[in-house]
Amino acid sequence: MSDAIRFENVWKEYRLGAIGGGTLKGDLQSFIARIRGQEDPNRKIGMELMGEVGEYFYALKDISFNVPKGQAIGIIGHNGAGKSTLLKLLARVTAPTKGRILYDGRITSMLEVGTGFHGELTGMENIYMNGAILGMTKAEIDKKIDEIIEFSEVAAFIDTPVKRYSSGMYVKLAFSVAAHLDSEIMIMDEVLAVGDARFQQKCIQKMKDETTVAGKTVLYVSHNMNTIRQLCERVVVLDHGQLIYDGEVEEAIKKYIGIANVNYKREYSLTDCPRPKSGRYTGEINLKKLNLLNTENNVFSEGDVIDLNIEVESKKNVENMSFMFIFQNLDDTRVGMSESNEFSLHEGINNISLKVPLDCLINEEYKVEISISQYTDNRHMRCDCAKEAFFFRIYTKENKMKADNWSPSNWGRMRGKPIKAEVNIT
Amino acid sequence: MAEKKFDVVIESKYNPLDFHFKELLRYRDLIFLFVRRNFVAQYKQTVLGPAWAIIQPLLTTIVFSVIFGNVAGLGADGVPTFIFYLSGTVMWSYFGSCLTNTSNTFISNSSILGKVYFPRLVMPISTVFSNLIGFGIQFGMFLCFIIYYLFTDSGVHVNWMICMFPLYVIQLAMLALGFGVIISSLTTKYRDLAMLVGFIAEMWKYLTPIAYDMFKLHALAPGGKLHALYMLNPVTPIINGFRYGFLGIGQIEWFYYGIGWATTIVIFLIGVLLFNRVERTFMDTI
Repeated sequence: MSDAIRFENVWKEYRLGAIGGGTLKGDLQSFIARIRGQEDPNRKIGMELMGEVGEYFYALKDISFNVPKGQAIGIIGHNGAGKSTLLKLLARVTAPTKGRILYDGRITSMLEVGTGFHGELTGMENIYMNGAILGMTKAEIDKKIDEIIEFSEVAAFIDTPVKRYSSGMYVKLAFSVAAHLDSEIMIMDEVLAVGDARFQQKCIQKMKDETTVAGKTVLYVSHNMNTIRQLCERVVVLDHGQLIYDGEVEEAIKKYIGIANVNYKREYSLTDCPRPKSGRYTGEINLKKLNLLNTENNVFSEGDVIDLNIEVESKKNVENMSFMFIFQNLDDTRVGMSESNEFSLHEGINNISLKVPLDCLINEEYKVEISISQYTDNRHMRCDCAKEAFFFRIYTKENKMKADNWSPSNWGRMRGKPIKAEVNIT
Repeated sequence: MAEKKFDVVIESKYNPLDFHFKELLRYRDLIFLFVRRNFVAQYKQTVLGPAWAIIQPLLTTIVFSVIFGNVAGLGADGVPTFIFYLSGTVMWSYFGSCLTNTSNTFISNSSILGKVYFPRLVMPISTVFSNLIGFGIQFGMFLCFIIYYLFTDSGVHVNWMICMFPLYVIQLAMLALGFGVIISSLTTKYRDLAMLVGFIAEMWKYLTPIAYDMFKLHALAPGGKLHALYMLNPVTPIINGFRYGFLGIGQIEWFYYGIGWATTIVIFLIGVLLFNRVERTFMDTI
């Protein structure tokens, strides 16, 4: 398939610090030097070197990739990785310092929801305004106006100035305009982060239809991995201006989350684990240490049982205690929870053996949040909690169906027990 | 695979003579909508609405008539002081408002410009057009007064030179656009200019025969010491021509009018070239 967008060795340089302050003199010096063919006195030596030099830094370093027509591509990366700069270059808000970007067709950029909306104008007037800013002509908007209003769900308020709109209505209207443009390429920066969940789903569905049916190319930037999973077929990961991964979605998300904090070992100290902020811990019961007993490399198969010991320090004798294990993916998606039976603790160090069954888990890396709570007065009181207490990985290699290419966006994060199917003989 | 043709190529280099006229044409609906937006938003939540377009120059004219006309005696002879000052004020207020509004194009619209691409010239052009609406209203008022004075034997007599009027307006618009765009291009880096614009416009106004009749001042009148220098201001021949046509006073000096046009075209071109250069990356510095 032919390319819709092509980035060729794109660099973008920004100047650090106060821009404009006291630069008139500097600029004149540079200008005079340039006319006389001398070296610019204000240019730092070694400016041509790559990377961060002096007051300049590169928001994008040598970015090259192609996007085929009709593909939905996600761009992820931490804050400051260069995602928005990339979109800004493509949206022609600013120009690259080096390299070039080529594209086919028209681009609709939604770097912000409701660009050019004016509070005093009515919803209807703003549709035309916003549409025109995004590059539609009046005739084109006329053709789509009914569709836009219907999609936006604010038909009843379409003749009201948008300053009277709730923020949700505002967003819905704005998204509707952009989603209905006749462009070949759409670029979106976190626009789905606003609006309620149902409307978000509707938007994602709309975008998917646009790519699969209408053959639009979509570039989508988000920090929300779930929307990335739903929308994108391919993901580019940026880090400090560099492209560090380009390819399959789940793999990219793992790259983004950073495997760095994953820690496979047998002994874990629970005292150093982060505690959730929203807890009132009396400090009387403390999780101390955790030992995995039946593993060498923290790899288990679905259906295995983890044998582990936990050391708990208690300042007094307590009853009705129980553990809670919350299984999470590395991107913090919570997968499920297991509870232990109740037990009693005596004063001092208690060594507790636990057998944790690993049913229904798909091939994936996991981290576990452990909390210990007491059941009193008909409710659980959390006494202590260790996030990221230990890590393990599920790898089920036997002949179980779909183990290797499980698709979380389609099938979820839990594999149910097999269903028994029998054909009745009549 | 053979090298494929792409519709758009975004590069660090640019062609300084590529003014995107085709694109501008494609975005004409946007220009129209901006004009509408500017106009509607300007008078929203005011009691008098567009009547303000009339009240403002009327008040200025009254003040000028009293202070410069009656007290200082700088008004023209032969026509009522009021219509003399009204003619200058109406013409100047179009030029002045175009100049000040286009000169902060980038700064006041940076929120839109930072998010989406459209030919940047759309913004100043729509400003010039939206000011044209206000000017139209004011000019209508001016015409009413002219008609009134024509029937009252006040010394006002209209001649065929009023045919030049559209040309005057076009020249004022081009001049204001050119200057405004130069200033707005420079303000992306040096905000100081934004502070100065109001002052520059005010000074310029007094270097133009708005508040006084230049033919009454010896140094400025034709043959005077400063006349040649004074007439280099491209707005002056326009004001003179306008007054000559509608009021029948003063004279048109074609030589200086021609120079005024040359200046206008040069400034307009410099403005567009500069704008073209700055528009690509101004978001990084603004």
